[in-house]
Amino acid sequence: MPGKMKLNQVIEVLQAKVVCGSELLNTEVEFAFASDLMSDVLTIQADNLLLITGLANVQAVRTAEMSDISAIVFVRNKKVNDDMIELAEENGMVLIECASSMFKAAGQLFAQGLKPVY
Amino acid sequence: MHFEYKVQGGDFARAGLASSQVKKVLKQLNVDAKLIKRVVVAMYEAEVNVVAHAYQGTINVDIDTERIVMAFSDHGPGIPDIPLAMQRGYSTASPVVREMGFGAGMGLPNIQSNADEFKITSVVGKGTNLEIIVYLNVPQE
Repeated sequence: MPGKMKLNQVIEVLQAKVVCGSELLNTEVEFAFASDLMSDVLTIQADNLLLITGLANVQAVRTAEMSDISAIVFVRNKKVNDDMIELAEENGMVLIECASSMFKAAGQLFAQGLKPVY
Repeated sequence: MHFEYKVQGGDFARAGLASSQVKKVLKQLNVDAKLIKRVVVAMYEAEVNVVAHAYQGTINVDIDTERIVMAFSDHGPGIPDIPLAMQRGYSTASPVVREMGFGAGMGLPNIQSNADEFKITSVVGKGTNLEIIVYLNVPQE
């Protein structure tokens, strides 16, 4: 469906690496939001949202849990740690590491039709 | 149903545990997903506030068929000017809090916008009390 992407397409476009949730890559996302500020992420209402962030800590995963976000792309070559993986696995989330800048990653996904939330 | 959680100021590793547990309970109760999101986003913001600003706090959560009441009571520095603290963008958060992705001055207004009822009182030098109520039987848009 136009405007929606499966996570395995997201990974292909970004040339990114799945860190956990590799069994969930058929999940579709429709919107994306790029922010290092979790306070802003928590104001977003959209469903089927992909989070793009450079904040690689457990609070990013917690924020996604509270906001029903099922996949996070960590940009700028940030590395996911074990605590983050544990929490993501508990909640059936996909964590993806990407070497690109946030601007490049967001641009590549926008060009594929992922929608902004505003 | 009643739940009580203790929250330790500065303990960012555990910030969100209480909210996570409440989310699981509400899912088991088959509460509408949009309602759950409103409840847990408000609760998580408030939980992070206690971790970010207070020395310690207690969260009392009461769930019945009509509503969920989340009462936060903390020992901490208190809030001298609540209307100022409610303004979007106003924050007194430390650099450590900002590194965790918070402290943008969005928390209290976002709690209020997710709550059906929102009451906050504070005594400087003692602490802050916050009550958040969300009604569970209201159809969500």
